Amino acid sequence: MNRVIVIGAGPAGLSAAITIAESGYEVLILDEYMLAGGRLLGQLYEEENGKWWNGIKESKNLHDKAIALGIEIRLGTPVSNIEKTDGSWVIYTDEETYYTHHLLLATGAAEVPLPIPGWTLPGVMSVGAAQVMTNVHRVKPGNRGVIIGVNVLSSAIAMELKLADIDVACITLPKKNQVNKESGNPMDVMNSLLHVSHMAPSAFVKFGSKLMKNEFMKKMGITFFPKSGVKMWDIPIMLRKAVINIYGENTVEGVTIATINASGEVIEGTEENISADFVCIAGGLYPLAELAAVAGCPFYYIEELGGYVPLHNERMETVLDGLYVAGNITGVEGAKVAISQGVTAGLAIANNLSGGKQEVEIKEAIKRIEHTRDNAFIQFHPAVKEGKQKLQQYWEEYGQQAKVEVTI
Amino acid sequence: MTSRIINHPVLDKVDDTDIVTFTYNNAEIHGLRNESLAAALLANNIRTLRVHEESGTPRGIYCNIGHCFECRVTVNGLQGVRACLTPVQEGMTVSSGEKFLTPVKDWRSNNE
Repeated sequence: MNRVIVIGAGPAGLSAAITIAESGYEVLILDEYMLAGGRLLGQLYEEENGKWWNGIKESKNLHDKAIALGIEIRLGTPVSNIEKTDGSWVIYTDEETYYTHHLLLATGAAEVPLPIPGWTLPGVMSVGAAQVMTNVHRVKPGNRGVIIGVNVLSSAIAMELKLADIDVACITLPKKNQVNKESGNPMDVMNSLLHVSHMAPSAFVKFGSKLMKNEFMKKMGITFFPKSGVKMWDIPIMLRKAVINIYGENTVEGVTIATINASGEVIEGTEENISADFVCIAGGLYPLAELAAVAGCPFYYIEELGGYVPLHNERMETVLDGLYVAGNITGVEGAKVAISQGVTAGLAIANNLSGGKQEVEIKEAIKRIEHTRDNAFIQFHPAVKEGKQKLQQYWEEYGQQAKVEVTI
Repeated sequence: MTSRIINHPVLDKVDDTDIVTFTYNNAEIHGLRNESLAAALLANNIRTLRVHEESGTPRGIYCNIGHCFECRVTVNGLQGVRACLTPVQEGMTVSSGEKFLTPVKDWRSNNE
């Protein structure tokens, strides 16, 4: 029962477990995937210093370190439910039921789907699926793809597909509908692209960051954005086209695209077909927090963090005793931030187990999260810091409220 | 044709020598030991993993990491197994998810 349990063997879960084990406590990690590393596995990009961030190597380093510390990692083990009974957390899996006083949820993020006619055809997949196939399993998702959704993730993965010699016909927008309002609006997309322009070694940089300082110029940028797109890594990025349909008999054969105006409305008569044998849908990421929900954590919707996040404090403690969170479940950010959050959660758990011996380290670890965030190469949302401040405020308000309830 | 990426400009070369044999809808398929069923099937140009239980329209992988449950297949007699999370093993029997015999429909007269 003294063993700490971590759900999720990604960067946050692994680094938390390592921190806990280094403090002398036993840890078990559960993860439903066949490999340790989580979404970190698929990552591959060149950093400013010219070095490659290789997710497979980074995952292996964390995994090997955990194993060397005697941490048990059970892969292929989906957790179906958690609940608190008689003061301890009960974790249900297909085979066994586990009990602990300290449970860390490091379940990461999932991708937002963009429903488009034809999207159930085999060959249509999330952009992350294509990334995992290409970089982790090393099987081509197809020979020629179209990526729907222009954002940080899709731009990065388009480049990774090119690296593996997979042809990307274009990156374009989805037709605007009730579900994908923002990702179908060229103006919103342009806004969100301004902070990734440093990743693009091309004309896109000039187009993005220099021209687009004010609303009028952005509008002009969209209006005069070339219909054939602007190329990034030789892949046309089309902000003035949208996919209106994915077609194919029993598998993807291509997409129908049409020209759209500056607010995303389709201009009739401009439809044309682009042939492709796979299509990637890139709707962005949201925190994967079902287990925190079934446990009874209060949630807040914070757009800057990617969606609904379970309420937690800087020490990664939720309002529920013995339940902690770290990584993308607390908001969508890069793997390095997830690692520093994992360390903080690990210290908070060790501190609670030891009766308060790690207070100094926790304070330093919290500062390190901030530092990592400030220096992150990829920022999924430009205002992530404001999102974190909002959450902190909610935490304080919740604490006040709880005190009032107790007094009554 | 879909194929494997053995050599990569940044990542290590893939060891494609540890081959296992399994069956998919009674056809013999070769995969690499411990790769996911979804990857092994895609490497063999198989994209359709099941059909929709009611409409019969084809489905393949969508998220590839276990969240969406679109890739459910039957493995060694067990239904609803996610192909993207299941490591391929020698002698595995895999079949695609099928259409239900009876359409799910409310037959009451006031629902017609």
